[in-house]
Amino acid sequence: MRIGVGLPTSTRGTTGELIFDWARRADAASFSSLAVVDRLAYQNYEPLTALAGVAAVTTRIRLATMIVIAPLRNTAVLAKQAATVSAMSGGRLTLGLAVGAREQDYTAAGVDPRGRGVRFSEQLAAIREIWEQGSIGPRTPRAPEMLVGGSSGEALARMARYADGYMHGGGPPRAFATAAAKAQAAWRDLGRPGKPVLWGMGYFALGQGSADAGADYLRDYYAFTGPFADKIAAGNLTSPGAIVDFVRGYQDAGCDELVLFPTVSGIDQIERLAEVARSFS
Amino acid sequence: MRYAVLGGGPAGLYFALLIRKADPGADVQVVERNPPDATFGWGVVFSEETLGALRDADYESYTAIIESFARWNAIDIVFHESRIRSRGHVFTGISRKVLLAILQRRCRELGARLEFQREIRDLSELGDVDLIVGADGVNGLARRSQEKAFLPRLTSHKTKYVWFGTDMALDAFTFIFRRNQHGLFQVHAYPFDARTSTFIVECAEEAWRAAGLDRATEEQSIAYCSELFKSELGRHKLLSNRSSWLTFQTLRSASWHHKNLVLVGDAAHTAHFSIGSGTKLAIEDSIALVDSLRRHQDIQAALTRYELERQPVVERFQEAAGESSSYFEDVSRYESFSPLQFAFNLLTRSRRITYNNLSQRDPMLVRSVDSAFAAGATSDHAAQVRLSPPPMFVSLKVRGLEIANRVTSLTPGAGLVISDFTAVGPEGRITPETPGVYSPDHLDELRQKVQRAHAQPGTRFALQIGHAGRRGATRPAYLGVDRPLRWGGWPLVSASPVAYSAHARVPRELTPDDMRLLLDAFRGAAVTAAACGVDLLELNFAQGYLVASFMSPLTNLRSDDYGGNLGCRLRFPLEIFDAVREAWQGPLMVRISATDCAAGGTTLADAVLIAGALKAHGCDLVHPVMGQTVLESKPDYGRLFGVPASDRIRNEAGIATLASGHITTADEVNTILAAGRADLCQLDD
Repeated sequence: MRIGVGLPTSTRGTTGELIFDWARRADAASFSSLAVVDRLAYQNYEPLTALAGVAAVTTRIRLATMIVIAPLRNTAVLAKQAATVSAMSGGRLTLGLAVGAREQDYTAAGVDPRGRGVRFSEQLAAIREIWEQGSIGPRTPRAPEMLVGGSSGEALARMARYADGYMHGGGPPRAFATAAAKAQAAWRDLGRPGKPVLWGMGYFALGQGSADAGADYLRDYYAFTGPFADKIAAGNLTSPGAIVDFVRGYQDAGCDELVLFPTVSGIDQIERLAEVARSFS
Repeated sequence: MRYAVLGGGPAGLYFALLIRKADPGADVQVVERNPPDATFGWGVVFSEETLGALRDADYESYTAIIESFARWNAIDIVFHESRIRSRGHVFTGISRKVLLAILQRRCRELGARLEFQREIRDLSELGDVDLIVGADGVNGLARRSQEKAFLPRLTSHKTKYVWFGTDMALDAFTFIFRRNQHGLFQVHAYPFDARTSTFIVECAEEAWRAAGLDRATEEQSIAYCSELFKSELGRHKLLSNRSSWLTFQTLRSASWHHKNLVLVGDAAHTAHFSIGSGTKLAIEDSIALVDSLRRHQDIQAALTRYELERQPVVERFQEAAGESSSYFEDVSRYESFSPLQFAFNLLTRSRRITYNNLSQRDPMLVRSVDSAFAAGATSDHAAQVRLSPPPMFVSLKVRGLEIANRVTSLTPGAGLVISDFTAVGPEGRITPETPGVYSPDHLDELRQKVQRAHAQPGTRFALQIGHAGRRGATRPAYLGVDRPLRWGGWPLVSASPVAYSAHARVPRELTPDDMRLLLDAFRGAAVTAAACGVDLLELNFAQGYLVASFMSPLTNLRSDDYGGNLGCRLRFPLEIFDAVREAWQGPLMVRISATDCAAGGTTLADAVLIAGALKAHGCDLVHPVMGQTVLESKPDYGRLFGVPASDRIRNEAGIATLASGHITTADEVNTILAAGRADLCQLDD
C-alpha cells in the first residue's frame, strides 16, 4: 500500500506559501501522492487550481483530487482543467470525482441537486470521451487516472462502469473493508477485467496541542452531517501509534493508496507525518 | 457528579451499579414507573462472551447470576414431526425477574437510589443532573424527547408473536414448526432456570387472523397454542404474564446522545428477538458507557466515544437479526426440505454461523449433512451412511450431464467453466471483441475453448449465448462499460426504441421479421454449440441485453402481442427458449434478472414467475443476476449479494439455481449449498 498526504487547502490559516512549502516537502519525502478535497461554500482552495500550482513545484509525486464534486462544474471545462493539470504535471493527475454530500454547494453554484446522479454518470462518460478524442486539449502524456467515490449501489455501479477505481470517504479500516468488497463486487458484476484501484483516507493532527485544534476543524468541516461530526472528529489520528494502527488496518483491508489529510495548518504537520511514515517505507 | 437513570431494567440498573463503583461520590438515582417485582417477559439469554464481560465488570453480581442461571449447549429443531438436535452451542439463560432482583440488590449495596412506581412525563422532573441515562425502552420518553437529535427510524416486522412461559424445563434452545389449517406457526423456546422456560409463538399475520387470534383473549390464545403444541408440552402448561400478540419493531438511531442525555439498550436500538440479544446488548452498552466515562474527563467526549465503540457492534447484530427475522417471515418457503437440511438452513440463517463454524461446534451434524447432501445429489441412498465430501465437491447431474463439483469459476479445478458472453449474430456483439457463434470461422475458436476446458479433468464447458441489443456497439470493457464506439459501430435493436445511456444510439424496435431471424440465430448457435462439443448452454436473458429488454416494463413499450403484462413480455423470450430447446438436447441454463433494481422495473416476485415459466418450458437451471436492465439501476452490492435472490427463486419456483454475486470462499459455497440456497456457485477471486 502506498501512502499519500493531503494538502492543507481547507484547514484554517493556510497561506499560498504554506501550500507550496508543504508540496515541496511531500515531493521530497516518501509520500506517493498529494491530495486535495473539494467544497464550494467553504473557506478552502479550489482543488484543480491548487494542484496546477503544486504541479509547478513538484517533480515526482502524484497529484490527486479526493474528490472533485463534478455536477457543480461544466463537464467540458472540467475535462479541460483536468487535462491541463495532467499535461503540466507530466501525467501525474489522479482525478477523483463524486456527487458530494452538501446541498449548500449546489445552492452556491446555482445547480439543481435533483437528478445529479444521472447527470454525474453522463459526465463520467463524457470526460473520458473528451480525453480520448483530444479535440478539447491539451494533449497529456496519458489520460488521468479517474476514480469515483460514493457508497450507494448506484454510485458503485457508476464507478465500475466508467472509472479506474474507487475512492472511499473515510472511516475505520473495517468500514473501508466493507466498501472495498462492494466496489469489487460491482466491478466484477459489470464485467470489468482485473480489479478496481482502491483509495482510502484518514485525518491526522500530530504534536502538542494540535489534537484539539484538529478536532475543532473536523467538527466545523463536517457540521453539515449533524450528529456524525463529533464521531468523525473523534476518529482523528493524533498519535504515531494511532497512525500505525490505522495504516496496518487499511493495508489488511486491501487498500492500494491511503491518503492522510492534515486537520491543522502548519508545516510541522507534514514533517511529523513523514517521520511516522518513515517506519513504513 | 449527579446521574439520573430513566428506567429500572437491566441496562439502567447495571449502569447505576457500575457508575457507583467507578465514582463512589456520585449521586445516582434510578427512576422506574413499575413496582420492583413487576416483570414482563420471562427469561433472557446470554452468550459466554457476555458472561465474561459481566464477570469483569462486577464480580459480585456475576456470582449471583451464575448461581441461578440455566446452561445448555443444544439447539433442537422440530420440523415435520422429527427432532434434529445440534450440539456444541453454549447458552446461558436467567429469569428476568431474578436478574432484576440481583441487580436491584447490588445497586442498593453500592448506594444507588432506586425509586419505583414513579412516572416521568418530562425530563426536567429529574432535576439538575450532569447526565441522564435513557434506559426506558423502545418507546420510552428519553428517545422520544429528542427525536431531532437522535433521528430514530422504526421498522415494523411482518409477523405476530407472543411471549409465554411454560413450567417445563427444556434442555435445548428449541424451535418448533407446525402447520395446521390456519397456517404455519413457529416456537422459539429456551430454559431460564431449573423449572421454567420462555415459550414464544410466532406466525404470519394471515395465519394469526385465520386462527382468530386477532380477536382472542389471553386465555383463548393460551388455549389455542397449548392445543397446537400439546405434543411438545405434554402435561405442562403455558403461562401468561400480560401476554399479548405483538409486532416487533427494529429501532435504529443515527445518534444516541444529545447534550447531557444518552441512550442505552432498547431506547437506542432493538434487534429481532429471534437472535436473542436484546438484554445482552443493553448491558454491554452500560458497561461501555461507564468505561468511557471513566476514561474521559469531558462528558461529551465520553459520550461520543461510547457511541463510536457500540454502534458498529450493534449494527452487526441488527444485520444478523434482520437476516434472521426475514428467515422466519419466509420460512414456509423451506417446508419441502428434509428435516436435516431444514435444520442446517435455520442454523445458518443469519450468516453468523457458517458451514465451518458448525463443523467445529457439531462435527457429527455436519457429517450427516454432508452425507445427506451427497445422497440427495446422487440418488445413492447408501451415501446417507457413508463419509461424504463437503457439498462443494459433490457432483451435480443436470439432464444427463455430470458436473464434478458445484463451483463455476475460471480457476482450474472448477466443475463448470462458463464462457464470456458470445453473440448469436454480428449485431449482437457487445464490443468488436465479443466472440461469436454465427460464422464458420467461429467453429475452430469454439472447439479450442471446449478443449481447453476439457483439458482440466472433470471440467465441463458452458457456452453463454445472447444478443447485446441496445447495449451493443460499445468499447471493450477494459476501457469502461457501455461506452459507445466512436466509429465502426453497427445499428442497435431492442424491444423498443429506448437508448441505454445518454451517449448511446437509439435502438430500432424489432419487427416480426427481425424476430423470426433472431429465433434462427439462437437456434443456429445451439446447433453450432452441439457440434463443437459444448456441455451446457446458458442463454443470457438478463443484464439489459436484447432478450431482457422484452422482459422489463422499463424497456418494453410495445403495443403488439409482445408488450404489456408479464405474460406478454415473456412471449418472445419463451419463443427463443423453445427454439433453442428444440435444437439443443443437453442441459440448458437461463440467466435472468432477479430484479431490475430500479423503480417500476421487474421485482424478485416477477423473477419467481419467470423462472417458473422457464421451468415449464424445459429449463434446467436458472442463474439470477442483479440489475443492469437500465443504466441507473441500484443493486445492493456486497458479500453474497446475489444469494438471497437465488434462494427465493430456487425454493419458490422449484428450479435449480446457480448463485453468483461476490461469493469468495469455500466456506460460503458449502454453506449456500448445504442450506439449499443454490445448486451451483460462482466463485469470484
